[in-house]
Amino acid sequence: MKSSEQKPNQGDSRRDFLKKTSVITAIALTPGTAIKAAENNADERFAELFEKIPLKLTVNNKTYQTTVEPRVTLLDYLREELHLTGTKKGCDHGQCGACTVHVDGQRVNACLSLAVMNEGKKITTIEGLANGDTLHPMQAAFIKHDGFQCGYCTPGQIMSAVACVREGHANSRAEISEYMSGNICRCGAYPNIVDAIIEVKEGGETV
Amino acid sequence: MINFQYLRTTTAKSAIALLGKDKNAKFLAGGTNLIDLMKRGVTAPEKLIDINHVPLKQIRQIGNKIHIGALASNTAVADHPLIKEKLPLLSRALQAGASAQLRNVATVGGNMMQRTRCGYFYDIEMPCNKRQPGTGCGAMEGFNRMHAIFGTSEKCIAVHPSDMCVALIALDAEVILANAKGERKLSFKDFHRLAGDTPQLDNNLKADEMIIGLEIPTNNLAKNYHYLKVRDRASYAFALVSVAAAFEIVNNKITDVRLAMGGVAHKPWRLTASEIFLKGKEASLTNFEQAAQLAMKDAKSFGGNDFKLKLAPNTIIEALNLAKSKA
Repeated sequence: MKSSEQKPNQGDSRRDFLKKTSVITAIALTPGTAIKAAENNADERFAELFEKIPLKLTVNNKTYQTTVEPRVTLLDYLREELHLTGTKKGCDHGQCGACTVHVDGQRVNACLSLAVMNEGKKITTIEGLANGDTLHPMQAAFIKHDGFQCGYCTPGQIMSAVACVREGHANSRAEISEYMSGNICRCGAYPNIVDAIIEVKEGGETV
Repeated sequence: MINFQYLRTTTAKSAIALLGKDKNAKFLAGGTNLIDLMKRGVTAPEKLIDINHVPLKQIRQIGNKIHIGALASNTAVADHPLIKEKLPLLSRALQAGASAQLRNVATVGGNMMQRTRCGYFYDIEMPCNKRQPGTGCGAMEGFNRMHAIFGTSEKCIAVHPSDMCVALIALDAEVILANAKGERKLSFKDFHRLAGDTPQLDNNLKADEMIIGLEIPTNNLAKNYHYLKVRDRASYAFALVSVAAAFEIVNNKITDVRLAMGGVAHKPWRLTASEIFLKGKEASLTNFEQAAQLAMKDAKSFGGNDFKLKLAPNTIIEALNLAKSKA
């Protein structure tokens, strides 16, 4: 706890600060209970630790309206709150790509994005790729070409592979390797993954 | 991750007002470095101001300058037709950095603000003058294979890992900064700092300032250029050594030349003495070799990174050769 937060001077309280800043165009997402804590002279930081922020986002075409702690990553939100456990937690530090999802059509590492940063966004996870029981062409190609062994990196690989083709970066084996380098496969299924991507790209199907 | 207050804003003015002079507040853009550091307990801001909705994403040419908004993503800049045509060195450097997923969210301002760092900075059990001033440098006599050979200090030998910044320092970029009172311009070469006695400071951004964008003068360097990044694997790894090389040849003579290195110093490292040497000379292997030798004049290694004393000049020569053969 920082000494500056223990000052009895209410003139410097965060509530006053937020009041001041609310006149500018900022959207200060001040939870009501933090204000109440201030009114009761309780420690604001303590109250804040339990605060949740409103969040609305769409995952696999389903809209969710919820509240979430600011520190929750998009990855943890998908897995722990929505129970969409297809998106994997590998390194949790943006180094392996197992958590790759699409946000507004772009591939990102869900582990390095806070859920609250995705307000209003459209998220697609591996669960949202197939059309009912019909596999997405990339899923089918991964099976055909044996593009995995243990399978842990596979959801991230497939999400990244779909993006790689959509971006127009699947024109050669070298280009695919370069643009898939953010997805690590410890089983070493790389050649087969590249085969799968090439087949989808050359198949010319809309992915 | 220790929790924090989360604020979101839609204008630069309000972002700056929310920041105030609060040392415990930070701007949140892509978050690819900041969130990672917060997860590891290296940093724990009390307030994050999400600036992703501030409209600073534009990339355009005004007169003889290319303007890039601070919140343009690394992908957006690298793939932009204007950048590919007029500043291909920048495009290539960006593509050499990170992964496609990270480049999609990482911003120009965030790339500049990523910490100069090493494994000891990341491991909170280890001493590190950058993370905790006065605790010592674990790397100095520890594992220092990735570390600096130029402008080193007794306090810190970590390197700035950005590729984009190596191209920007070579291209004479200027940084537009703003606080509540107004804007100022800072030469890109003066943005980042050497460690000196204050390794905790990576750059000269003031506590109440926000990066608004970059201005890069147009040039005649789009024909002969190369960004050469040498690393432990073919992609998605920090540079051991990287070189941005670009020059203009008129009547067989070099009329303009830019050389900068990454992975060798606490900041992007411009090779001014080599540039001065090459200007007016022929683009020949002998001259490239002499330029590389000049660049290495004050280099110093620490055991694990001794190999960089040889790798660095070889990379300079190869980058210049590749830039020459492009025409």
